[in-house]
Amino acid sequence: MGMTMTEKILARHAGVASVSAGDLIVSQVDLILGNDITTPPAIVEFNKIGRPVFNPEKIALVPDHFTPNKDIRSAQMAKTVKEFARKHKIKHYFEVGRMGIEHVLLPEVGLVAPGEVIIGADSHTCTYGALNAFATGIGSTDMGAAMVTGKTWFKVPSAIRVELTGKLPKYVTGKDVILTLIGMIGVEGARYQSIEFAGPGVAALSMTDRLTICNMAIEAGGKNGIFPMDEITAAYLKGRVERPFAAVEADGDAVYERTVKIDLSALEPVVAFPHLPENVRKVKEAGDVAIDQVVIGSCTNGRLEDLAQAAEIFAGRQVHERVRAIIIPGSQTVYMEAMEKGYIKTFIEAGCVVSTPTCGPCLGGYMGILAEGERAVSTTNRNFRGRMGHIDSEVYLSGPYVAAASAVCGRIAGPEEV
Amino acid sequence: MKVSGKVWRYGDHVDTDVIIPARYLNIQDPVELAEHAMEDIDTTFAANVQPGDIVVAGKNFGCGSSREHAPLVIKQKGVACVVAESFARIFYRNAINIGLPVVELGEAVAGIEANHRLTVDLGQGIVTNETTGQAWTIKPLPAFVQELTSAGGLIAYVKEGGMA
Repeated sequence: MGMTMTEKILARHAGVASVSAGDLIVSQVDLILGNDITTPPAIVEFNKIGRPVFNPEKIALVPDHFTPNKDIRSAQMAKTVKEFARKHKIKHYFEVGRMGIEHVLLPEVGLVAPGEVIIGADSHTCTYGALNAFATGIGSTDMGAAMVTGKTWFKVPSAIRVELTGKLPKYVTGKDVILTLIGMIGVEGARYQSIEFAGPGVAALSMTDRLTICNMAIEAGGKNGIFPMDEITAAYLKGRVERPFAAVEADGDAVYERTVKIDLSALEPVVAFPHLPENVRKVKEAGDVAIDQVVIGSCTNGRLEDLAQAAEIFAGRQVHERVRAIIIPGSQTVYMEAMEKGYIKTFIEAGCVVSTPTCGPCLGGYMGILAEGERAVSTTNRNFRGRMGHIDSEVYLSGPYVAAASAVCGRIAGPEEV
Repeated sequence: MKVSGKVWRYGDHVDTDVIIPARYLNIQDPVELAEHAMEDIDTTFAANVQPGDIVVAGKNFGCGSSREHAPLVIKQKGVACVVAESFARIFYRNAINIGLPVVELGEAVAGIEANHRLTVDLGQGIVTNETTGQAWTIKPLPAFVQELTSAGGLIAYVKEGGMA
């Protein structure tokens, strides 16, 4: 019986010839990730075991959620992570100034390669499937145990095959692809499953699109999302990953629970209404929804291509007088490149504020919290009740084009309306 | 293991942001953190839940963030078991890892209401609604997961030499 991409990676890391959906396995891991919120409890669990880290080069600690420290308690947590990194000589610890949003940063610095198994104490770890890796979110106890053993346990997921054809029209992005998919299958449509992207449409998606798409696999309940490796992957890896790696392809007779077909050329800009990412509507059918804030950034849409899309809309225009527009580059490199390309100047001239990399507002941490009754259009990944602030605030999810156009118009708007 | 308690009933897609809002994730003490358990979906929960009570919910319980703080605050409050139609996967594995019993009951949860009295017999695999008299059998957990659970969670399992 053939295997999916996910099954091949898991079989190899479990040291067996083959696995199939439902098997419980113990898998080697190539990288373990933690942030400033999830690492402190992982350290507590790690210390209970009382053994050294299995490999200080295979742990990445990225304080990005409440950093630069938003308050004293957050500062204590970041300090705990920093001191752990020093004590155990963790190679990939990223202090503020070198830090980026974890899922923007790790692929950018070459810590993700095809065929690898990456676990992260952050649900959006599934982002790395864009690079043909198996990557999934786990908890702090998992992280604490894996830092000792270099292993973790998995139930091998069954798979959904998403067959992509065609090419995205102008102003339609990876965010529209994944929101459309979540709208089709629902927030638990891929629960416990791997989402395996395939088909001729893959070649027409940029690496940024693929990272955004895999990032939100969890929003359909998925264990992971994964793309095949191609020339676009190879071009992205060049100069970033020097170590050997082994990409995987799905077997022709791999087993899928179902296939979902998406014609990229038929997609339109969409927005997910509160309070679930599955409440997807076409922007042109959104109605008149006045907004108070726009956030452009996050692990979903904080890459250079995302900022380029926002800058294209903001160039020569002004943020609406009722709106606060907050731009958050996903890493220091993204920030620098956006500056060199003039995007930062464009944002500031338009009346946006530009922040250092942080997860901040996405999870209602800081740097853009919503008051009672306020509404935001955001390029982030979750619009649950109270996610960005007050329990009676609202978050509408979109890609950067729609978010920027909405900032200009003061209401949910498509890029062709500005 | 057999537990019996009063039911706290919630609907579908209870996400980890409402189980423990991120604005409290700068709190490291589990006791203080648990005072905010379920705060954004039920402001009466943390003050009134009693050790041994049982949380019952609909589909996709614990969706969203990987924050282990979510099962942790529920466990810290003394909840004996979470029964749901279905669970989001990271919450489910976190609960297993930290030793919070979780039972996937499917559509049968429809027959369970707030303040009903529920008995969950994990050993026998039987859930009984003492208020209505209905009973359901549940599938036993996979052998590996039972090993984790009987060791007292993942850390205890690793300390005993598991995952070697």
